[in-house]
Amino acid sequence: MPPKTAKDAVSGQDTTGHEWDGLTELNTPLPRWWLYVFYCCIAFALLWMVLYPALPIRGATGLLGWTARGAFPVEMEHANAAQAPMLARLRAATPEAIAADPALRGYALAGGRAAFAANCSGCHGAGGQGAAGGFPSLADDDWLWGGSHAAIHTTIGHGVRNGEDAAARGVAMPRFLADGLLTRPQVEELADHVLALAGNATETPAGGRGAELFAENCTACHGARGEGNRELGAPRLDDAIWLYGGDRAAVLRSIGEGRGGVMPAWGARLDPAVINMLTVYVHALGGGEAE
Amino acid sequence: MFRFLRDHGIIERNVLLMGVLTLITISIGGLVQIIPLFAMETTIERVGGIRPYTPLELMGREIYVREGCYLCHSQMIRPFRDELERYGHYSLAAESLYDHPFQWGSKRTGPDLARVGGRYSDDWHAAHLRSPRALVPESVMPPYSFLDRPLDAHDIAQRLVAQRRVGVPYTDEMVGNAVADLATQAGPDADAVAFQQRYARARQGVFDGNPRVVTEMDALVAYLQMLGTLVDFRDVTPEQLRQQ
Repeated sequence: MPPKTAKDAVSGQDTTGHEWDGLTELNTPLPRWWLYVFYCCIAFALLWMVLYPALPIRGATGLLGWTARGAFPVEMEHANAAQAPMLARLRAATPEAIAADPALRGYALAGGRAAFAANCSGCHGAGGQGAAGGFPSLADDDWLWGGSHAAIHTTIGHGVRNGEDAAARGVAMPRFLADGLLTRPQVEELADHVLALAGNATETPAGGRGAELFAENCTACHGARGEGNRELGAPRLDDAIWLYGGDRAAVLRSIGEGRGGVMPAWGARLDPAVINMLTVYVHALGGGEAE
Repeated sequence: MFRFLRDHGIIERNVLLMGVLTLITISIGGLVQIIPLFAMETTIERVGGIRPYTPLELMGREIYVREGCYLCHSQMIRPFRDELERYGHYSLAAESLYDHPFQWGSKRTGPDLARVGGRYSDDWHAAHLRSPRALVPESVMPPYSFLDRPLDAHDIAQRLVAQRRVGVPYTDEMVGNAVADLATQAGPDADAVAFQQRYARARQGVFDGNPRVVTEMDALVAYLQMLGTLVDFRDVTPEQLRQQ
């Protein structure tokens, strides 16, 4: 036992036995209730260590055998059980049929919105507004690959120029300057013609060689008047919507070095029901077309 | 002999006894951290597809560490339903097998990146790193446009050797071809048969859109595009995912 210590004359409490220049320190015990709660916490912690994964015995799983990975499938099963009937219908139906059925459509729009936020918004924007530099808007009626349910479904499922899906959309645009198909002055004339097609007046008069070069090099994909071709994903050039910018420098670069956006194949990553929900959601963003 | 158990004044007056008891206390703390490591092998799932980083990916990883990406981005998808819905299959221990040090992180100011590979195009990554808010207006990520500078990888072979010393199975062939492999992966036109044999399913490409020079951007995008893509979960059985 510690050496007997003097009691404090005023309070009657024990002191620590230390003394500094005649001053002593009270050794007041902790309140009983506090002490018991503290002991209970220690007991709780010991029990927890034995029941849950902590001690390196029996594969460190604890007596209850609980693991986060073991609890995960149970959590998923609960969620799947609640959603299964609806997801089965969404999987079986075509996107057009989903859009025509009010109950399915409501579910698909809500599910599509969540899936769009998680998977699509990085490139296409939170509201499908797209971004400059080759990330097309999905909220307007200007479509590269078609705006029908079927076309949107194919684009989401197989992606574009991703090299991972054999059925991915997209052909490569030639690099007219980088690969020496055209000379620098020819590309400039061509760019002026393309800008004129879109109704952007330029200081250099359009026409002449530009139209001729366009007919030789561009019409196969972009059409005679630049009306575009959805089979090839060749954008319209006769409107004011630009994927990579509509100033002369951007058009020069597009022709000179070629362009080709890449989109992952979501069919390999997402459930068919989610693809269908995304299709209905994107179709409803504003520019959906009839079949 | 154990009188000190009843009177701590004895410990305070005996420096040797205090030293011994301090050593014992600290040893317990150390052992609690060290002993589980002897059983670490049992936590690694037996899935296929895990390979060491290619030289370009390794350089990208060094840039990831240098820029402190781990401070805002985790690489650890937990086994919860919400994480599955947003990021994909939960992270495996096997997927961090060749991470020295691992990049699990502890805070998500930005999204988890454990399975970011293939989710976006190379163009998107380069444009987004240069100016995050040009693509994601609500982002608070700083711009990293300075990554468009040439990549200094003159010591890539030594870096592979250093990784090998801590247990990454780089072969002599991989170390010998490190410089060439780095250039091969960053150039889509290069002949890549031998490279692909060394690093299965490695993606080749002009990751930053500029084929003339290998930049830090190339390396970082190459690293990001392989994250979480090595294990093909369509082939994985629950048995393979079991630990121990």
